[in-house]
Amino acid sequence: MAEPTPEVHVPLRGLMGELDKFLATLRQGGFGIGGLLLILIALVAVFSLFEPTTFPRATTLQAMMFQLPELGLLSLAMAIPLISGGINLAIIATANAAGLLMAYILTALMPPETQGGALVLWMMGAFAAGLLLCLAIGAVTGLMVAVLGVHPILVTLGTMTLLHGCSIYFTRGRTLSGFPDALIQISNDTVLGVPISFFVFVVVAALVHLLLTRTALGVRIHMIGSNLEATRFSGVDTRRVLVSVYVLSSLLCFLAAIVMMARFNSAGADIAGSYLLITILAAILGGIDPYGGFGRISGLFVALWILQTIASGFNLMNLSPHLALASWGFILLLVMGVKRFRISWNARPRTERPKA
Amino acid sequence: MPKTLRFVFGRTEAALGAAIVITAIVLSLSSPYFLTVANLVDLVEAYSVTTILAAGVFVVLVSGGIDISFTATASAAQYLAAYLIVSRGVPAVSALALAALLGIALGSINALLTYHLRVVSIIVTIATSSIYYALLIYFTDAQEIYNLPDWWSNGVSFFRTETAAGDIVRITLPIVVMIAVLALTHQLMNRSRIGRQVYAFGGNPEAASRVGINILKVQLFAYGYLGLLAAIAGFIQAGRVHQAVPTAMNGQELNVLAVAILGGASLVGGIGSTGGVILGVLFLAMLQNGLNLLGVSSYFFGVVTGLAILASITMTGLAEKYARRRRVTRTG
Amino acid sequence: MAAAQFLALTGIGKRFGGTKALDAIDWSVESGEVHCLVGENGSGKSTLIKMLAGVHAPDPGGVITIDGAAYDRLTPHQAKTLGIQVIFQDLSLFPNLTVLENIAIDLELGAALKPPPLAAMRAAALAALARLDAHLPLDARVGDLPVAQRQIVAICRGLATNARLLFMDEPTASLTRHEVDLLLESVRRLKAQGVAIVFVSHRLEEVVEIAERVTVLRDGRLVGTYPAAEIDDHRLAELMTGSRIEHKVQARRLDATQPTLEVRNAGRSGEFVDVSFALHPGEILGLIGLLGAGRTELALALFGMTPLESGEIRVNGAPLKLRANRDAVAAGIAYVSEDRLSLGLNLRQSIADNVSVTVLDDLTDRFGLISPGDRSRMATGWVERLGIRISHVDAPVHTLSGGNQQRVVLAKWLATDPKVLILDSPTVGVDIRNKQGIYDVVRELAARGVAILLISDEVPEVYFNADRILHMRDGRIAGSFVPGETSEHALAEALYA
Repeated sequence: MAEPTPEVHVPLRGLMGELDKFLATLRQGGFGIGGLLLILIALVAVFSLFEPTTFPRATTLQAMMFQLPELGLLSLAMAIPLISGGINLAIIATANAAGLLMAYILTALMPPETQGGALVLWMMGAFAAGLLLCLAIGAVTGLMVAVLGVHPILVTLGTMTLLHGCSIYFTRGRTLSGFPDALIQISNDTVLGVPISFFVFVVVAALVHLLLTRTALGVRIHMIGSNLEATRFSGVDTRRVLVSVYVLSSLLCFLAAIVMMARFNSAGADIAGSYLLITILAAILGGIDPYGGFGRISGLFVALWILQTIASGFNLMNLSPHLALASWGFILLLVMGVKRFRISWNARPRTERPKA
Repeated sequence: MPKTLRFVFGRTEAALGAAIVITAIVLSLSSPYFLTVANLVDLVEAYSVTTILAAGVFVVLVSGGIDISFTATASAAQYLAAYLIVSRGVPAVSALALAALLGIALGSINALLTYHLRVVSIIVTIATSSIYYALLIYFTDAQEIYNLPDWWSNGVSFFRTETAAGDIVRITLPIVVMIAVLALTHQLMNRSRIGRQVYAFGGNPEAASRVGINILKVQLFAYGYLGLLAAIAGFIQAGRVHQAVPTAMNGQELNVLAVAILGGASLVGGIGSTGGVILGVLFLAMLQNGLNLLGVSSYFFGVVTGLAILASITMTGLAEKYARRRRVTRTG
Repeated sequence: MAAAQFLALTGIGKRFGGTKALDAIDWSVESGEVHCLVGENGSGKSTLIKMLAGVHAPDPGGVITIDGAAYDRLTPHQAKTLGIQVIFQDLSLFPNLTVLENIAIDLELGAALKPPPLAAMRAAALAALARLDAHLPLDARVGDLPVAQRQIVAICRGLATNARLLFMDEPTASLTRHEVDLLLESVRRLKAQGVAIVFVSHRLEEVVEIAERVTVLRDGRLVGTYPAAEIDDHRLAELMTGSRIEHKVQARRLDATQPTLEVRNAGRSGEFVDVSFALHPGEILGLIGLLGAGRTELALALFGMTPLESGEIRVNGAPLKLRANRDAVAAGIAYVSEDRLSLGLNLRQSIADNVSVTVLDDLTDRFGLISPGDRSRMATGWVERLGIRISHVDAPVHTLSGGNQQRVVLAKWLATDPKVLILDSPTVGVDIRNKQGIYDVVRELAARGVAILLISDEVPEVYFNADRILHMRDGRIAGSFVPGETSEHALAEALYA
């Protein structure tokens, strides 16, 4: 007569069931969006304490909403490959290259003083060109990863170097600027006090969330991230999924390029160069597993707010922005430390039989 | 020793060697100045900093990890040495020793964090890179130190000669240090037990702990060594540009990583050689030099490097695909 | 003259928290003996081995006697010095290093900055190889060597540190028959040199054939030590589980209907050639063969993972052109891989994810979205139908036992409503008690009309479950049997001939 195996529980229903499920995810060391929200609230509280007159104001929030979108879109571009078990080191280079292409069309090719309907057509044309460029970059990257089987770090290192090199060569190190107002308004104009670019970011984040959690492609991306071979054996076209991953990532870079052009009113080869590491930071902080297979956009969203809050808070306290960067690093390490501690806490020998 | 070279000298190094020879032939035909001693020595000196860094990165790659915080470490050590020598009058040897210690310490922190947090090293070093850079810039206010002593910035000349064409050829400190570093790295990795342990750990971390290899020690060695080399590289770099600037080396990480990987060091660990590092640097150096001599804008270099990386990984990828298909899979 | 006792355990126990992993074990191994240790998952085998390797200490009161000297516990260093070496199934080798470095790794460790003592290492490695009469190039990269040679390297590593007792964990799992014979030759040489070998294996027929004595562990207790000549695999299985296992021939004649699957002259160079058979609805066709026979290669080709070079496959009469496994799945062919842990399951993902991955397109609504509720419901449905014991469908699969994990794999394929189900060694790593549960599921599927190809290298597994059996050897169908008309013994003889 077989003894019950240790992991058998009577399935719990209702509220107890939900609680049990939540605890199960925590037991695996997942930080969960709850923990991140706590950190965010704590930070807001601390900064409000230190700067009670300047921090807790609508203008602070609004300033953050101006700064968040391009980092947010780039972080989304980084998150999808991470979940698939890879990485895209070329996101900034892709965004800059697309930005330069679109900028070139709008500054060098388009006749100045173009207005109205013609302006719209020119902008659409520029956008189409940028979009096509990004799709091509994503397709090539995806094919090299999927068909050649080369590690994504290497492929995107190569594409990053190539794209950056092309951008440098094309611009001779200068930047292009002077974009039509209609474009700049995307970042500057607000609706109900919220910048248009922020709306764009939120909508896109929601769509990406939907894609990752509720579509077949999204489920496949997660499965590939945790075990590529097993997923392939399950009848999934892993090549198609991997190509889609990098095409989507590049697509998000395209959107980021538009937002960057709008906000900085310039395009260049080295814009937002330091963002690469920050997008990875935000993704990991937000709970995306660097080994692939797991991660929630909701976590990423909160993580971005945490980073932004720190930056704004330090700014208002007249602390160096470099300290903000340092504290981002510290928070990442802290979160990793807590996760690790929690995992070893849960794995300590208890009363069950060990695996024999 | 030849055996060691042989088993590690894989397809990558051989293909790279061939590519170098071909490029050298093409360049020497296109530009008469290419194969002159003066040019080659200049080239070697220009890439001395990158080579020193790549040697350190190679060690970490063999251990199975990645480190992108080394430019921050290099900048910090460089600045410390400059500050001590210029503003505090500390004797050079002590200042250098302290800078070296700082490099080792910063590298060791990476090792400790990777080991204890059990996190992928690229994530840890992204965090430490941000922290090191941020703190460096904060404490230095991003000020340069530019009145470096003569012996540092003008380069000690170990050998000086004039060629038939009238060019002056100097073997300077950067070159000597680079050669010493390469020799030391080769010796450590191939002829010392700790180096073999790094290879073993990179090849099979699980087996390594089973045979009693001290994982923490191996990682402290790998990352600490990179830190040390970063400090040395930073010091040399300051000498070459005649000033210590905290942000000077920012952004070079992926270039150095590319060099090491081009030279055959594998991301999965356990694979790579000092010879490969030399070949990787040599190849890229020749490409850039060739472009310069041919009058191509130096802005084009990034494109060439990117294409070189993509071509290299495509060929490796295709070769491995082919090898996989031909290998008889052992199943039932 | 009785052989000297090398190892003796008296009163060994080990408690982890509230459970006793080992209870009052009295055991002995003689010098130069070939001994097999068998037991299910949870029987205490690996705790015992770890204890002898110095990883765990026995509870107070237990004594480990080695070569006459008594110890109340061992440290890893001590264990090695006293001559106890454990060779795990993965061999713990460094694929990027040479044979020399792998064998002499112990000599190579130590004072960090000193150069490795190459001369001493060479001498030790050559001596170890000589003891096995093996000739391997010292400079070859271990990663380039075939499995059998890597195993020699692993054994030599133990010999280089003067092992007196070698534990080998599942050593024959990846070896062909010929390579098993070579391994046994090495074992015989070591035996003659006084080295004792303890195999841990689940392949009971092999255990009885190889060992001189067999020890059975069950639930932490030592059930008994038996001379191999006096025991057979059925009896061992009973001792391991503590219950009688009913074996009944189940073969039925089912070839009257039109075949679901027809394979005609299928071939892939280097793998299999001229394979033809028919599989009828509701039939269980056993395909038995040893490693190297080409069974899995054939299965992979039927599943579309590799293209057929010659011959054809038909499902319900229609010829198939399989370019990828998706085509096979669409045609109603499902394949449960032998390697459940890395190929069959996504261990870190949830049960629901694993069960639904094969049918995601069927779960999408007209907007292209999948509701998590639908997925949970679907997964729960299969969990209940297959009797999988779980806490909830969102738990990761790695929390389940081997038997339950295998049922998750079955669930994911049954969800595709297959016409043909190919099972490749479906009960590897599953406890004997749970094997029966899986056989019941398989038989239930057959009863509902699914055609089943049961691939295995265990004679009882096919003999007591299949309606017909094909024997595959060297890429060809070497024989055909009907359980009941041929004896189990005759089948085993044909298999191991």
